Amino acid sequence: MTAPPDDCLARNEWICGEYLSTRRQILMDAVVQHLQLTAVSVLIGLVIALPLAVLARRWGWAAGPVLAVTTILYTIPSLAMFSLLLPVYGLSASLVVAGLVLYSLTLLVRNILAGLRAVPEETRQAARGMGYGPIRLLLTVELPLALPAAMAGLRIAMVSAVSLVTVGAIVGHGGLGNLIYAGMNTYFKAQVLTASVLCVVIAILADVLLLGVQRLLTPWTRATRG
Amino acid sequence: MTTLTDAWDWLTDSAHWAGDDGIWHRLLQHLVLTVVCLVISCLIALPIALVLGHLGKGGALAVNISNIGRAVPTFAVLVLLLLTPIGDWGEGPTVVALVLFALPPLLTNAYVGMREVDRSVVQAARGMGMTGRQTMVQVELPLALPMILNGVRIAAVQLVATATIAALAGGGGLGRIITAGFNLASTPQVVAGAVLVAAFALIVEGVFEIAERLAPHWARGSR
Repeated sequence: MTAPPDDCLARNEWICGEYLSTRRQILMDAVVQHLQLTAVSVLIGLVIALPLAVLARRWGWAAGPVLAVTTILYTIPSLAMFSLLLPVYGLSASLVVAGLVLYSLTLLVRNILAGLRAVPEETRQAARGMGYGPIRLLLTVELPLALPAAMAGLRIAMVSAVSLVTVGAIVGHGGLGNLIYAGMNTYFKAQVLTASVLCVVIAILADVLLLGVQRLLTPWTRATRG
Repeated sequence: MTTLTDAWDWLTDSAHWAGDDGIWHRLLQHLVLTVVCLVISCLIALPIALVLGHLGKGGALAVNISNIGRAVPTFAVLVLLLLTPIGDWGEGPTVVALVLFALPPLLTNAYVGMREVDRSVVQAARGMGMTGRQTMVQVELPLALPMILNGVRIAAVQLVATATIAALAGGGGLGRIITAGFNLASTPQVVAGAVLVAAFALIVEGVFEIAERLAPHWARGSR
């Protein structure tokens, strides 16, 4: 007969080094799943949002309906959104990704459109006068100038997605949310706290990373403000 | 399409509307939670934001708190609260989490609204002999009202969403219909619950939209 181990796991403490060392693999897997779900969703969101925003800019009449639809989608609570998509995707990771894509659309379309609208008319005229066609104008003048606003939207979308992934635990694809959900049912404090803190850390790191990318992509904003 | 008709059948079955697990009870819980938490959050956030905005202090705090709030997963906070002593007070974790997440938009909007009031208007009021307090209540507050109400609207919609997630952590409200549906592996019930929640959220948003249109023009602000 050996006595049961008297460590922080047995005492069910909030902060527990034993937990980190013994469950490293589980935590790593959850973090990887969390990152994948977030990155894939925001990336797909961006791929859909960019043409929508460009079209809404080109044809003014399209802006109203595009913004209205994405705003309505954003109003629907995440748990309901995942549940509404259930008949389409079943209990899969695609379900979580689809829900998150719909959320990121509002933030991305709104910000990219605001950025495109803020491009000064004189700048566009100047580019046209230099013989730029509409495609070249868009790619080399309008989109770069819209970048700061677009990046601001991307950062908000990314941070929100990191925290919304946790709700995907309801279908078993919630990254760190799965650990939180399991920890809730077993009253496992160290697991809930560790997974929650990791979520916040991922959100902050993603935000800092995007801020760095933004600085690299828009050197001119530093030059004028510095 | 069969899922939709099944969900419709579930919704229109009167047996699912009655009782403690019924739709009426969950709807009432959701409404009460949202309203009570909105009132508590406003009572906490608005006085702080109005005074800070009037004094022009703590701006970084009021604005950054909103960004930090976005990075913290609602579900994680709910579960953490559930495992603390607050978890023993019935709806305690739900109420605390709901209020915590409603505070940032209220604080930020009210603060920014107060700061955006034209300084020359404030100086004119002071020049007419108004005290700081009179300026705040009679001049700055009415002018900041559109921004403040916009914050209330964001907070209300967020409360509806958070009250739904609370069901994952044992709280009441319409989200319970969805979680119960998952437990029973009943897709029609899950979809029916989701439709109810989505409709509730859109109605709340719509009510604020209509209230904004009906408001006197000075309280509407310029968009």
